[in-house]
Amino acid sequence: MSTLLRTEHLGMQFGGLRAVGDFSLELAEGELVGLIGPNGAGKTTVFNMLTGVYAPTSGTITLATKTGNAEQIGGLLPHRITRKGIARTFQNIRLFKSMTVWENVSISRHFQVPYRLAQGVFRLPPFRKAEADLRSEILELLAIFKIDNKAEMQASNLPYGEQRKLEIVRALASKPRLLLLDEPAAGMNPQETLELMELIRFIKERFELTVLLIEHDMNLVMGICERLLVLDYGLTIAQGLPAEIRNNPVVIKAYLGEDAVHA
Amino acid sequence: MKNLRSTLLIFVVAALGFGALQALIVAEILDDYTLQILCVAGINVLMALSLNLISGFTGQLALGHAGFMAVGAYTTGVLLVHAHWLLFPALVAGGLMTALFGLLIGIPTLRLRGDYLAIVTLGFGEIIRVAINNFDEILRWAFNSPDMVGWTGGPTGLSGIPGYATNIMVNNPAAFLWIYPIVVLSVVLVMNLIRSSHGRALVAIREDEISAQAMGINLFGMKLTSFTISAFLAGLGGALYAPFIGYLSPPGFDFLRSVFFVIIVVLGGMGSITGTVIAGIGLTFLQEFLRTSAKDAGNGLVVLIQQNLFPSTISAGAWSVDLVPLSQVLFGLILILLMIFRPGGLMGTRELPLTRWLTTPWWRKKELLP
Amino acid sequence: MDIVSLFFQQLINGLSKGGIYALIALGYTMVYGIIKLINFAHGDILMVGAYIAYFVFAAWGFTPGSIFVAVLFAVAGSVLLGISIEATCYRPMRSAPRINALITAIGVSIFLENFPRLIPAIGPNYRDLTVPKLFETIHIGEVSIDPLKLLTLVVSLVLMTLLILIVDYSKAGKAMRAVSFDMGASALMGISVNRTVSFTFALGSALAGIGGVLYMLNFPLLDTYMGIMPGLKAFVAAVLGGIGSIPGAILGGLILGIAEALTAGFISSKLMDIVVFGILILILLLKPSGLLGVHRKEKV
Repeated sequence: MSTLLRTEHLGMQFGGLRAVGDFSLELAEGELVGLIGPNGAGKTTVFNMLTGVYAPTSGTITLATKTGNAEQIGGLLPHRITRKGIARTFQNIRLFKSMTVWENVSISRHFQVPYRLAQGVFRLPPFRKAEADLRSEILELLAIFKIDNKAEMQASNLPYGEQRKLEIVRALASKPRLLLLDEPAAGMNPQETLELMELIRFIKERFELTVLLIEHDMNLVMGICERLLVLDYGLTIAQGLPAEIRNNPVVIKAYLGEDAVHA
Repeated sequence: MKNLRSTLLIFVVAALGFGALQALIVAEILDDYTLQILCVAGINVLMALSLNLISGFTGQLALGHAGFMAVGAYTTGVLLVHAHWLLFPALVAGGLMTALFGLLIGIPTLRLRGDYLAIVTLGFGEIIRVAINNFDEILRWAFNSPDMVGWTGGPTGLSGIPGYATNIMVNNPAAFLWIYPIVVLSVVLVMNLIRSSHGRALVAIREDEISAQAMGINLFGMKLTSFTISAFLAGLGGALYAPFIGYLSPPGFDFLRSVFFVIIVVLGGMGSITGTVIAGIGLTFLQEFLRTSAKDAGNGLVVLIQQNLFPSTISAGAWSVDLVPLSQVLFGLILILLMIFRPGGLMGTRELPLTRWLTTPWWRKKELLP
Repeated sequence: MDIVSLFFQQLINGLSKGGIYALIALGYTMVYGIIKLINFAHGDILMVGAYIAYFVFAAWGFTPGSIFVAVLFAVAGSVLLGISIEATCYRPMRSAPRINALITAIGVSIFLENFPRLIPAIGPNYRDLTVPKLFETIHIGEVSIDPLKLLTLVVSLVLMTLLILIVDYSKAGKAMRAVSFDMGASALMGISVNRTVSFTFALGSALAGIGGVLYMLNFPLLDTYMGIMPGLKAFVAAVLGGIGSIPGAILGGLILGIAEALTAGFISSKLMDIVVFGILILILLLKPSGLLGVHRKEKV
């Protein structure tokens, strides 16, 4: 399997605070990898560097392009990175609240829309065809997740679980190759979490994705991730198969403290 | 197809409205004074529409729209007075010149956070006004020649701008012939913009910049586009104003005028075009009413109070009150009360479903009610 | 006058004016630091302070006693006004989007600028005041120094020092810094957020009130719009120094005053405003966080 994304010695320094230091990761195409660690370990900071919200203060991020070349993307603006095929969801849901479900998804398609601003303003033929196509495409996508009947609903009126779902749909709409999920199961009950696990497995196959996810729910992480990385205080303290991580004393110590290891 | 039909429908309705107003003018039911206010209302609607695009839809508060209006008005005015251009190219030039200003101002400022933009646009609005006022001075200093004279007329103003009609007596009806169609067309085109993918991207930026950027929206590019279009429309508003009013002077484009446009947008609803149109027309008439009728009424009231309640003070001189600032006081109160009690304004981000009203047969209208 | 003398002459003028700007800028910066609001109406507090002093002087003339009373009344009036504006207009906006709070502040500003014009005692016309020459002009070479300007600068510097001491060492000052760092956590630690925000407005308004008295003594021409320009320039000063930073506001105010005076002396007094806003735009381009400000990025 070929490498999709590689980070080398990635670091992020906020003034005197090192949020992430020397983060190295290699993601093969089609992998499903989990990024875990206690609160404040630097997981979201890693996501923010990968998606361009922060420019890393050291290290490199390399993405394999569609044609197979390797490309530096560290420090690019977020929209450039998204257009290169990395999409994300947010830990605290960040939908466009006053917009409808359909409109929310359409935003991720904006950079692929085949008409220009003037053609839209003057309602020229390319606009009308493209809008009709876009609408039916998005409705199809929504149908896969069984929320097409809510396409005209305002996003903020959706129930919590469906808002999380919509975040994922919106990320998928940009047709990414790599999907970053930031705590997708936050606030979900065990039943909903089970459904979410199914959903993640399903979209990974259906859309041929590579997935990197941050999660605190160990059932979910252990259940679906093929490989895990553990961060603590900005450093990678362990990586390996879920079963290995589960019994790794360093990891247990990071989560539960010194005593737990000997208990 | 639905889109096309509704656009056509708006034009048909607008044309019918235009015809009706023209009929009223010809029949002399609509007097010249009312017509003049209608023209001002049209320009105010255009200005507020422009502001709503950048502030209401894109979420970037701009406080210098009077400055943009001044650029458009002076460009058109100077071209008409000094270069003897024809009206139409002069109007277009006013809009384009302002769009250029918008682009140049937008490039440095739109990278800033929202509330900084408000102040920087305010600053630019002031700079533009001061620069027009001291245009001679600037030229003299820049070219180091003490006799240079600018075209703006400086503090004395730019006068003698040719009107829409050669006969000044029919300038208002002639101005109306230009202003009405241009304003309607602008409203329709901006509405089209909002209902396209580009417009949705602007609203997404208003809702959540970080999220929008993560979905592939070029934040800076879209803001700049919106700001430049907004500047163009504001410049067009100023351009239409120049030959309508015939005389331009810098104090007319001060901060309070920028704020007036903000009030229209806020009252109508940030993010509602129909709201802007309604509030723009309504507030223009209210302002005119306060300036004329309410002034007399206020004085009448004060005199009545004095005569009936304090007759002993009459010998010391009649009381009088100056109600001209009243409109400003009211506008200030409107802003505060709206923000506290109804931050969405009249319409919020909704639109009046005009086309649906018009295309739905009357017996099904009930279904449209919320 | 030779260039060196002109330079020093304008430097003194600039420092004096800059001191007033700094006093007003402190109010902007403290309020922004604590509730992230650009308090548009802050310049109008200066106007109110100036009018209160005007009425005191008009009634009692210029004596050491009347100056004391004028300052006292101006401060009391400004503080009262500042606190009530915050409590009635800004407090309901605290959880609203920032743009709404900003629009509210604009509304307050327009109201304050125009409502007094309806009151017959104030009215819409300019009022001027002949300030008697309180001191003899000092001559050093070709440079002539008006002691009033010197006094203005000294008063401003003393007040700024006082403010820094209050913010750094008093209990209320510590609460201010805590609330501006994290409002939610401060509330959980038992700090009364409302009282602290009120205190911030009181401090800022008091400085603006005294600034109003000083401004009026230096430029004795009053109308209800008189606060707009110094208010705007003080805001520019706050941004220049780094909004949220108290030393920044002082530095920004002084730099701005000097820049204005030098423009007036060496180019043209008509271009002062252009230079001021030019500085604003330059600083925002080159260092948006200001000279002494810290850059904070939104948490994702």
